[in-house]
Amino acid sequence: MTMTLILEQTFNGLQAGVTLFLVAAGLTLILGIMDFVFLAHGAQVMIGAYAAAAITSVTGNFYLGLLLAIPVTFASGYLLELLIIRHLYQRDHMEQVLATFGLILFFNELIRIGFGPAALYSDLPPSLSGFVEILPDTPYPAYRLAVILAGLVLALAIHLFVSRTRVGAMVRAGANNPAMTAALGINIKILFRLIFATGACFAGVAGMLLGPLTSVQPGMGEPLLILSLVVIIIGGIGSVRGAFIAAIIVGLVDTLGRVFLPALLRLIIDQAAADGAGPALASMLVYILMAMVLIFRPTGLFPAKGS
Amino acid sequence: MKKSFSSVAVAMAMMVAPAFADNVKIGYMTTLSGGAGIIGKQMQNAVNLALEHQGGKLGGMDAEVVFVDDQRKPDVAKQLANRLLKSDQVDIVAGVIWSNLLMAIHKPVTRADKLLISSNAGPSPIAGENCHQNFFSLSWQNDQTPEAMGKHMQDAGIKSVYLIAPNYQAGKDMLSGFKRHYKGTIAAEVYTKLGQSDFQAELSALRAVAPETTMIFQPGGMGINFVKQWKQAGMDQVSKLYQVFSVDGVSLPALKDSALGILGTQTWSPDLDNAMNKRFVADYKAKHGGYPSFYAAQAYDTIMAIDYAIAKAGSKDTAKMRAALAAGGIPTTRGALKMNSNHFPIQNIYLRETVKDADGVVTTKVISTVFTDHADSYASACKF
Repeated sequence: MTMTLILEQTFNGLQAGVTLFLVAAGLTLILGIMDFVFLAHGAQVMIGAYAAAAITSVTGNFYLGLLLAIPVTFASGYLLELLIIRHLYQRDHMEQVLATFGLILFFNELIRIGFGPAALYSDLPPSLSGFVEILPDTPYPAYRLAVILAGLVLALAIHLFVSRTRVGAMVRAGANNPAMTAALGINIKILFRLIFATGACFAGVAGMLLGPLTSVQPGMGEPLLILSLVVIIIGGIGSVRGAFIAAIIVGLVDTLGRVFLPALLRLIIDQAAADGAGPALASMLVYILMAMVLIFRPTGLFPAKGS
Repeated sequence: MKKSFSSVAVAMAMMVAPAFADNVKIGYMTTLSGGAGIIGKQMQNAVNLALEHQGGKLGGMDAEVVFVDDQRKPDVAKQLANRLLKSDQVDIVAGVIWSNLLMAIHKPVTRADKLLISSNAGPSPIAGENCHQNFFSLSWQNDQTPEAMGKHMQDAGIKSVYLIAPNYQAGKDMLSGFKRHYKGTIAAEVYTKLGQSDFQAELSALRAVAPETTMIFQPGGMGINFVKQWKQAGMDQVSKLYQVFSVDGVSLPALKDSALGILGTQTWSPDLDNAMNKRFVADYKAKHGGYPSFYAAQAYDTIMAIDYAIAKAGSKDTAKMRAALAAGGIPTTRGALKMNSNHFPIQNIYLRETVKDADGVVTTKVISTVFTDHADSYASACKF
């Protein structure tokens, strides 16, 4: 009974972790390689979710919605870099924060003008609305299993791309020493643009996968942005591997903490106090974890830059 | 000819002096930006519809409404209230969705000797000890709706309930209101993060407990997420879901069929059978292509109450309007509304079910009346 609950919660944590990874993967490269503070990454999640939900409702096919939304998010990232972001690389971090914060407001308002302030309707594709028995008598939503699988497959693809391909080597070199990489004749501008667009695309995929589970509405990506910044700090800025491991850790700590911490506290202190303190403490857990990492390993668990 | 016309005009002006001599200015505060922007939009639509129904006049005076966006932030609300009072010089401040924002502007507005009329929030402090004669609620006191839910579940003989609400003041108020009339077992009281979007972990924990029933308070986007994930996780086979303020005209367009059959309590419903409500719902649907929510209905009622108060008082004098409203009998979409001694309504609370209407649109329908003329539990502590 308790074991099955722990297993089920572990799956929930994994699912939160892989979605978080999809958001953090692009962001860690943007921060690490381009040394650019980009706060509007949550908007890419929203754009992905809206694109998929809108196309799905027009075509009536969830998978077609996903397939067609991917180029939309890639294009939005590409254009954003081309029109705005590249002009900000030379500015200091404070100005980048201000400019990209402005972009959050801009995208939220743009979505509101285009789709209205109400949440969009989106639901599971019928083929994935069933359940899978992960253990006898423990049904788990098939769609959430599919999200975990899709996340793991994408993570593997990103890993192979970064570690095995020529462009991946450029990305790694860029993370390690951008000036030297440029000096070796690699067109760092194009590289940046592609990294940016790909990162936006992954965040968009996270949004597409989340769409049927949560409400598709303006500003939906912002809570994910904060958690993915935590992931990046824990994993080490610029490290995709670090982002993956940190995302899984954060997903598990957040989920398991939320469910089991109030129950554990109830064993120590009385019920009313535990009900009050439990959820508050649980929501702090990942930040406590981040603080510990900053104290003991300030560069993160898997720092990308060689010292 | 010209002369005779103007003398007629003067004579008419003397007979119905206020109609020509005066206009009334209302500051309407709601949340128009951010995730809750849809609620504010619906309220704004309803206010404008009420003005349209009254031909742009309230109580015979030319009416002007200044909308302000509080961004769901108490400090912004306070600044805006000051601006409305001092630079816009409004006669009445109305609106306000959130309890913490209403608390922030309660003192500045009531002390400025202007009427403050809530279209939604009804926190307990200003219903009891800290009440003020210049405040009126056209909605409800926070505890009333969950009290009715508790009463219904008690009467239905439900043995145990699992409670879930966000971890903030209103969440705790709602659950304590619920427990006032529900005497069965509380299987668990779970507080979630405010603004949480994924409830799967809570649902897994709930499945392990398998309580007879579950009662939630998850307003706005949280309600959409919770109900969606509840259905997706097949929780209907585990427990029966009840709710307050989580399934309404704001969330139903995003939930559609997945909300069918869910029970909740509310002081209003689009199918309430009275002329004013029928006109409001029909015209709102025609104009905005969807059902109004209770937020919209209460915003409409607020403007209608102002119309009633000015007409009855024959002026926009605060003391005279106050006397008119305090006497009750205010025409609203909930029928003639009675007022308690603390200026909160005494009203019926209904059990509503999510159903499909004749056109296949998902909406709510009244099943039964849980409380007739229900008064809140704080009025006795209120002394003006």
